[in-house]
Amino acid sequence: MNRLWWALGALVALLVLNVVVTPSFFSIRMQDGHLYGSVIDILKNGAPTLLIALGMTLVIATRGIDLSVGAVVAIAAAVTCEYIATSSDPGSASTALVGMAISLGLCLVLGLWNGFLVAVLRIQPIVATLVLMTAGRGIAMLVTDGQIITVNNETYRSVGAGFVLLPLAILISVAVLALVAVATRKTALGLLIEAVGVNPEASRLAGVQSRTIIWTVYVFAALCAGVAGLMISSNVSAADANNAGLWIEMDAILAVVIGGTSLAGGRYSLTGTLLGALVIQTLTTTVYTAGIAPEITLVFKAVVVVVVILFQSPKVQALFRRRPKRPVAEVLKPQEVAS
Amino acid sequence: MTEPVVDMRGISVEFPGVKALQGVDFRLFPGEVHALMGENGAGKSTLIKALTGVHKPTGLIRLRGEEVSFHGPGQAQDAGISTVYQEVNLCGNLTVAENILLGREPRRFGRIDGRATRRRAAELLERMGLAIDPGSVLADHPIAVQQLVAIARAVAVECQVLILDEPTSSLDAGEVAELFRIMRVLRDEGVAILFVSHFLEQVYEISDRMTVLRNGRLVGEYRTAELSRLDLVSAMLGRELSVLEELEQQTHPVDERAVLLRATGLGRKGAVEPFDLEVRAGEVVGLAGLLGSGRTELARLLFGADKADSGTLEFDGKPLHLRGPRQAISAGIGFCSEDRKAEGLVADLSVRDNLVLALQASRGWTRPLSKRTKDELVEKYVAMLDIRPATPDTPIRNLSGGNQQKVLLARWLVTKPKLLVLDEPTRGIDVGAKAQIQKLVAELAAEGVAVVFISAELEEVVRVSDRVVVLRDRRKVAELRGTDVDEVMAHIAGGRAAA
Ligand SMILES: Nc1ncnc2c1ncn2[C@@H]1O[C@H](COP(=O)(O)OP(=O)(O)OP(=O)(O)O)[C@@H](O)[C@H]1O
Ligand SMILES: [Mg+2]
Repeated sequence: MNRLWWALGALVALLVLNVVVTPSFFSIRMQDGHLYGSVIDILKNGAPTLLIALGMTLVIATRGIDLSVGAVVAIAAAVTCEYIATSSDPGSASTALVGMAISLGLCLVLGLWNGFLVAVLRIQPIVATLVLMTAGRGIAMLVTDGQIITVNNETYRSVGAGFVLLPLAILISVAVLALVAVATRKTALGLLIEAVGVNPEASRLAGVQSRTIIWTVYVFAALCAGVAGLMISSNVSAADANNAGLWIEMDAILAVVIGGTSLAGGRYSLTGTLLGALVIQTLTTTVYTAGIAPEITLVFKAVVVVVVILFQSPKVQALFRRRPKRPVAEVLKPQEVAS
Repeated sequence: MTEPVVDMRGISVEFPGVKALQGVDFRLFPGEVHALMGENGAGKSTLIKALTGVHKPTGLIRLRGEEVSFHGPGQAQDAGISTVYQEVNLCGNLTVAENILLGREPRRFGRIDGRATRRRAAELLERMGLAIDPGSVLADHPIAVQQLVAIARAVAVECQVLILDEPTSSLDAGEVAELFRIMRVLRDEGVAILFVSHFLEQVYEISDRMTVLRNGRLVGEYRTAELSRLDLVSAMLGRELSVLEELEQQTHPVDERAVLLRATGLGRKGAVEPFDLEVRAGEVVGLAGLLGSGRTELARLLFGADKADSGTLEFDGKPLHLRGPRQAISAGIGFCSEDRKAEGLVADLSVRDNLVLALQASRGWTRPLSKRTKDELVEKYVAMLDIRPATPDTPIRNLSGGNQQKVLLARWLVTKPKLLVLDEPTRGIDVGAKAQIQKLVAELAAEGVAVVFISAELEEVVRVSDRVVVLRDRRKVAELRGTDVDEVMAHIAGGRAAA
């Protein structure tokens, strides 16, 4: 709980900073039945990070980590765009739907692969997912032949750029957030994931199907990355195998950590991850609107992240909590040795 | 009288919602073995941690007359206080030798000298009379050996104060005797030793004085020779103990009951040789044997915690192929591991979650237990086993060792098993609660539950069991009915004394 406050504090601080720099920061206008405004932009641009961070949260809760999500983003983008671009009817809705389905199906397979390496072969997660992290972009390059593929398909475009009052991307990510929350709280999944993350051996002996659970979270993470990939590429109607989802795994991991979920696994917080993702995206946006050079963006991000994480560390928190010692003289009393 | 080496005055430690210690005074003199006594949750471990800087107490601590306040166990160690905590905290993935000398390895050209480390550790282990390979990986050893290694580590350094928090909780009589020999040597050299144990015999054998705590408060400081057991127990509990009346030896007429579990030629290379075993419904079968005799290994095979590589199992009249614990659980078998920390506790989760974990896992994640059901179960078992504090939302890591053990026991009781395999279920449990648990085992058996019961304490095994299976050198060597401690001892020792 305590940790959530730090994430919330960071977010509020960033928002205040924005209002100071741009007084119209919170204003939202309505145009053609769509809502526009800086806050909405932040939410929209942060949607892919939030999605991936949700998957990452569950993976991290089981003591794992998934470095391959960025590569999966690129693959999802490449496969969908390649399918649409080379199909006989590149503008139709059905082409887009089939393309997206194929691409998500592939992501599912990629998730199964990661899960297989971690849950069955028991390779350390960081190593296991490194395989796909490096190979994945190569696969995406192969699919696109190293080119940036552009598509012109209204249905596809709507995933990342469409509106239903709010940008569709926001609605999708919020829907997934709600889905995960329900799936973990209303079933026993949350408890079992945490148990596996805190003590895998004790969980095994208590009969928890840790293998299935670990497998499930990697598949879910890959699917989240797939959907994020569709959002990112459809927003620009193009697939760039080199840059789509580049470093997004880092943003996602940071979002999870800022949200107070420990990389050591165990207890996790979806609310925390939501806050963390918002902090990361607000930060990125702030840097742009404040006119800070993009080269410095990363440094700036790093500073904020370091500060938040420092404040969350037990040592620093202990400093804040240390109370002055009570005088002890009056509690002294004579020793009595019973005999 | 000489000056106390440790003098603690008015020590209080408070956790959110729990006053673990309130104004406790404690003195430890050079050249004495001092027993710290009290029920589970009385505050013994907390007092130790307050001294070694794990917790920040209020109050005054003097070490050799000087006021000190440690900011962590490392500083206490440097000041000459060597501690073995209740939960073994060593590095499982390092070797025994590395664990013993961790942080003070012999160096050569600035680098750790592996060979010298092993040699030094081997010398130490030999001096303690322990036959443990210093090059072996610590986690591969049973908890008792890990405990011995932790003790070896503590006595490897020169210290004026040695603190042992329940060092004997999973040791056999032989190791205990060896430990006491070392403790006496150190005591005679002037080391002050603080000793915690729930075994009254041990306390009376080794200690010179004792301090009794109850509910976080000091009851008194006594000379062991001047305090009778009955007075000690009532000092600890604050009342007379009625449950302590010896449980009568249990022998129910179980022969006519159906055979619940039948193992034929079950075995696993390097763990336990193929054995035959029958357990009937409502029967308590005790497993006795020295440390490393294969008693834990045998128990693990019955539950599928380890996979058998030979033999067959039959349960409830049907063949049972165990690929892991899940099949065992769904067949109706429960298993409480001896290694509470590594194989039992899910430390960060609440008492409630820990208590329902096995039941929930067997239902699968799609069929969650309702909040109401959970609360009812928790309430029932917390009351039944007298788990304290009775706050289901507390993370289990914050409970005292004995109370953690009770929660783990409850974890299996809620699954309503047909067969319960209990490996050292009374480890770290106080006198009163131990009698309670033994009674519970008898009640379960009366309800028709079969129990396989392991304990390092022979008296306990003999008392609760209808039948005792003796293991020696990883082999089942005898099966005794209506037996006594001497007979079991004779078989354990190798049949020399038996005839
Ligand atoms: N970190 C903690 N946070 C909250 N409460 C704690 C913590 N550590 C101990 N306690 C509480 O303090 C009390 C004393 O615990 P302690 O571990 O000192 O008992 P103990 O005498 O060592 O018992 P046992 O014989 O079971 O080991 C218990 O009520 C326990 O629940
Ligand atoms: Mg204790």
